[in-house]
Amino acid sequence: MTGITGIVRIKERLIHGVLFLCALASVATTAGIIWVLAAESYLFFQELHLLDFLFGLRWAPLLEPKSFGVLPLVCGTFLVAGGALLVAVPIGLGSGIFLSEYAPSRVRSIVKPILEILAGIPTVVYGYFALMFVTPHIIQPLAPGTDIFNAASAAIVVGIMIIPTIASLCDDAFRAVPQSLREGAYALSATRLEVSTRVVLPSAMSGVIAAVILAFARAIGETMAVTLAAGAMPRLTLNPLVSIQTMTSYIVQVSLGDTPHGTIEYQTIFAVGMLLFLVTLTFNVIAQGVLRRFREAYE
Amino acid sequence: MTLVNTNFEPRLAHRRRIGWFFAFACASMVVLAVFVLGVLLISVADQGWRWLSLDFLDNFPSRLNPEKAGVKSALFGTLWLIGLTAAVSVPIGMAAAIYLHEYAAKGKLTRFIELNIANLAGVPSIVYGILGLAVFIRLCGLGRSVLAGALTLSLLILPVIIIASREALAAVPDSIRLAAFGLGATRWQTVRSHVLPAAIPGMMTGVILALSRALGEAAPLIMIGALTFITFVPEGPLDTFTAMPIQIYNWIDEPDLIFQELAGAGILVLLGMLLPMNAVAVGIRAWHQRRKAWS
Repeated sequence: MTGITGIVRIKERLIHGVLFLCALASVATTAGIIWVLAAESYLFFQELHLLDFLFGLRWAPLLEPKSFGVLPLVCGTFLVAGGALLVAVPIGLGSGIFLSEYAPSRVRSIVKPILEILAGIPTVVYGYFALMFVTPHIIQPLAPGTDIFNAASAAIVVGIMIIPTIASLCDDAFRAVPQSLREGAYALSATRLEVSTRVVLPSAMSGVIAAVILAFARAIGETMAVTLAAGAMPRLTLNPLVSIQTMTSYIVQVSLGDTPHGTIEYQTIFAVGMLLFLVTLTFNVIAQGVLRRFREAYE
Repeated sequence: MTLVNTNFEPRLAHRRRIGWFFAFACASMVVLAVFVLGVLLISVADQGWRWLSLDFLDNFPSRLNPEKAGVKSALFGTLWLIGLTAAVSVPIGMAAAIYLHEYAAKGKLTRFIELNIANLAGVPSIVYGILGLAVFIRLCGLGRSVLAGALTLSLLILPVIIIASREALAAVPDSIRLAAFGLGATRWQTVRSHVLPAAIPGMMTGVILALSRALGEAAPLIMIGALTFITFVPEGPLDTFTAMPIQIYNWIDEPDLIFQELAGAGILVLLGMLLPMNAVAVGIRAWHQRRKAWS
């Protein structure tokens, strides 16, 4: 018997080790991302001062005279992501409140998967939708003379894309509020509106804020829809009706061309990628922090 | 001397009216979201349905003869890609989730790994493309191959699979583990014969949703250089390839209207693969919630 236990023990150890290695794969991925971005960015910043990159007002790495000020790309990115929030927060939050506070469970079980379909549609499809429908049938009738490529159509489709993120995270946050709080408010003759907005919403506020920040981070990192809809014109503007360029669509533009490996143009995608990575990471960390710090614990 | 405010007016009728208005507003937000989904699907179908045929699936893309263009190379590229991605990411993802939930001691290292996975899930897909370009193409010299694409997509969906699998494991009650341990089972025996069977349906939902996300990704593949005009079907993991989202992007980028319609048809084919996958995932989840083995 002892021999068998010995074999079993070795097998257990072996399995433990293999599983551990698989868990480490994710750490290796992070290390890989940081190493790749940092190594090429380092070469880039040997030729260009960091401050010139971060605060330069003109982005023209592929045209003469070359200029590597990233602010137009950052501006375009935030214009699209901010616009997306204007679309997604009312619809997502309203849907979340409806799903958790008003909808009967049967309606809920039908509506939630339908909303999830919106999240499952590939982003290139949203780009197509922006070009073929949103711009010609919504934006151009309202604002004649708008470019085919414009930030507004990108913001609208990215907004649609992140509705399910906000709706479903808000719904989760509302449902985590204990029923006893609602019943206490009803007992004081509060109406359903008052229960929703003055009891449930404040109690779930950390979840709602985290949902919005996470959705914002997703909008910043969104690539294909923005590349197709917003064009490729780096511009320092807040006008949503003209063509702009985001950080992500710049990276796509360079990788589509045949920029030779090792040139400073090639290194820009790593510098912009590094900035993109740091910005989205910051928002994700903030969202996790909000959830941890301000969560109302009920159990 | 009045201690009680006799002017107390609950104004219930008024408050209820506002309440109805609010309920209507919230409900209309849901209706709006569903309506937008409908408009999106109809406008795509309206553009693309004319080109949808068996020939469309069996022809290669063509610039000179758009009337005879099809998605064969993209379709096969996507099937290769998804097969390889699943083969790499599903075992590793499930194993990582099992380690974190069933094996890992609650220490600093475990917390670090967990935090790391949560943050990886928020990294934009194009950054994974940059990683793939630098590591699989330049460092490993895999070229613009299906394998390089599949490895990149595997890294992209690994955190999604791990998080979903962990949730499925967490939903298995501890009494099942304790009962197995009580009968003298080792940890692996407990996991393999008792925890995993109970958690598999939940894991499958997460895995299918993650794979359907990989199916629709274009940005990382463009980064590793999959955007080329290809009129053959990959025959091994080291062949160059194109994929459905890439082919669609290619067509959208062409100026002629006919290519826009082809893109619409391509999208219909892609959604024809994706939406059933999502439906199966949601179906498994609903079925699993109705008849949990332990309740």
